[in-house]
Amino acid sequence: MAHLILPNLRRSLSSPKSIGIIQTAAYHANVIDHYENPRNVGSLDKKDKNVGTGLVGAPACGDVMKLQIKVDENGKIIDAKFKTFGCGSAIASSSLATEWVKGKTVDEALKLKNTDIAKELSLPPVKLHCSMLAEDAIKAALSDYRIKQQDKNE
Amino acid sequence: MFRIIYNITHSYLNKTINRILQQENIIVMVLPGNRKISNRADNDKFSLKHEEIGRPLYFDAQATTPLDPRVLDAMLPYLVSYHGNPHSRTHTYGWESEAAVEKAREQVAHLIGADPKEIIFTSGATESNNISVKGVARFYAPRKKHIVTTQIEHKCVLDSCRALEGEGFKVTYLPVGPNGIINLQELEEALTPETSLVSVMTVNNEIGVKQPIAEIGAICKKKKVFFHTDAAQALGKIALDVNAMNIDLMSISGHKIYGPKGIGALFIRRRPRVRVEPIQSGGGQERGMRSGTVPTPLVVGLGAACEIAEREMKYDHAWVEKLSQRFLDKIYSKLTHVIRNGDLEQSYPGCLNLSFAYVEGESLLMALKDVALSSGSACTSASLEPSYVLRAIGTDEDLAHSSIRFGLGRFTTMDEVDYTAEKTIKHVERLREMSPLWEMVQEGVDIKTIKWSQH
Repeated sequence: MAHLILPNLRRSLSSPKSIGIIQTAAYHANVIDHYENPRNVGSLDKKDKNVGTGLVGAPACGDVMKLQIKVDENGKIIDAKFKTFGCGSAIASSSLATEWVKGKTVDEALKLKNTDIAKELSLPPVKLHCSMLAEDAIKAALSDYRIKQQDKNE
Repeated sequence: MFRIIYNITHSYLNKTINRILQQENIIVMVLPGNRKISNRADNDKFSLKHEEIGRPLYFDAQATTPLDPRVLDAMLPYLVSYHGNPHSRTHTYGWESEAAVEKAREQVAHLIGADPKEIIFTSGATESNNISVKGVARFYAPRKKHIVTTQIEHKCVLDSCRALEGEGFKVTYLPVGPNGIINLQELEEALTPETSLVSVMTVNNEIGVKQPIAEIGAICKKKKVFFHTDAAQALGKIALDVNAMNIDLMSISGHKIYGPKGIGALFIRRRPRVRVEPIQSGGGQERGMRSGTVPTPLVVGLGAACEIAEREMKYDHAWVEKLSQRFLDKIYSKLTHVIRNGDLEQSYPGCLNLSFAYVEGESLLMALKDVALSSGSACTSASLEPSYVLRAIGTDEDLAHSSIRFGLGRFTTMDEVDYTAEKTIKHVERLREMSPLWEMVQEGVDIKTIKWSQH
């Protein structure tokens, strides 16, 4: 039996194009990867002046995201953490969001779009709200950070 | 069992393939392409490592059940040798098939205490429900244009009622209490001289709640209203007697009782006679109520499944109850904030609908991918609406999003229950660690007081 499969095997490995992915569920591999190996799970001290916290969504809708960023004196995001109640796509979207904002400046992070997240994770239309929620979470965290900074300056 | 080797390289492949080729009957599966298997998780606590993937354990006995091998044994001769049409009257092939169908009719009738003449074969419980609800309502339409049902019926009953509403019928959808059981007084008050039919399911498919069928039957008899019950989930699992319970019509499904898919039956009382307008026109088989050739092998399978169910009902029930208790004990011993949906006493033990608060149902299913389960969570369906049954029993929306149904059956083993319970506990704990709601609860914040942004 192994003999029969072998030629196909070689071809698929040497071919630059992949011959279709065997999926374990209806999810894209990137969603599964982020779900199974979530990056940056956890919490930062929300009382810290340099930490911005965004909490978006609602339990009744089945999605709640908490995203936190820590910004240094130069306006650069040095750390990001998330916690999410929601489906696999919601967890993957927030995990990806934390990964992307890390190392960016506050202004750069504001430019992140939900469409980029949706594209990276190949979210189906019914799950697009997960990526929008992730964008909202970033925006909410950034605005919380701004308010805290203004209070400090006054 | 497959072993999946990640990040395979050419040199590694050549080496292993040489080794593999020396063995026989090996299937090599390569997952090609761009799956980035990352070791990038910064925290091992949240990382899942799936090395082996086999066939998942089956915990979805309410969706369907596997065919009992004894049922298959009964069916096989009628698939191959005795292939006659049971309605052929002119030769042996027809006669022997007819005899087999009549034997199956007796087996089905015996299980529910009915007369064999009162059983007609259909394609399944959906068709039986359609014939009962639409058939009775339409036949008695000149005098009576009102039917009563509940909010937690199966979709096919509710949809039939919707169709009737379009034809000008009035339908009362009875609410259920937080335990999922209807109020008998409300039922009695809903009945009017216009009412032709009451349709209440015996055991609910989502939450496993048993309705007080005998009491409902008595009320219907007193008020001279026909009583239909959808017993697809109850038949063969709990004792049912159509005469003691005053049931006039009963829907039966083959594949919920370890029989074949695509076959069902309808009990329809002869004394006093219940009349229905047939849905399907044709050769007038099954006393004119369901035209179409009766599928002999499937009917034989349904009959065999009913006979086995009757013989082993006590044993099966005790086994399922034992497994169910063991599962719940394990879950409750390790996890808090777990809510069982539906009445704790008046329900079938093989259907456990649990809400794990602060964990979303679909994400839990994704972690439990080696167990085949079903969820009341919205995210598993395309509609984004959580289950209407959970909403009818007044479950909070966030808890409805957290619900998972564990379906136990005749072939579920103790080891499977232990494995699933342990896996569930592990993953609920992991997902709660990742949940902002759980964190707030630990900090003593009342989630109900927070103003959430809707999206």
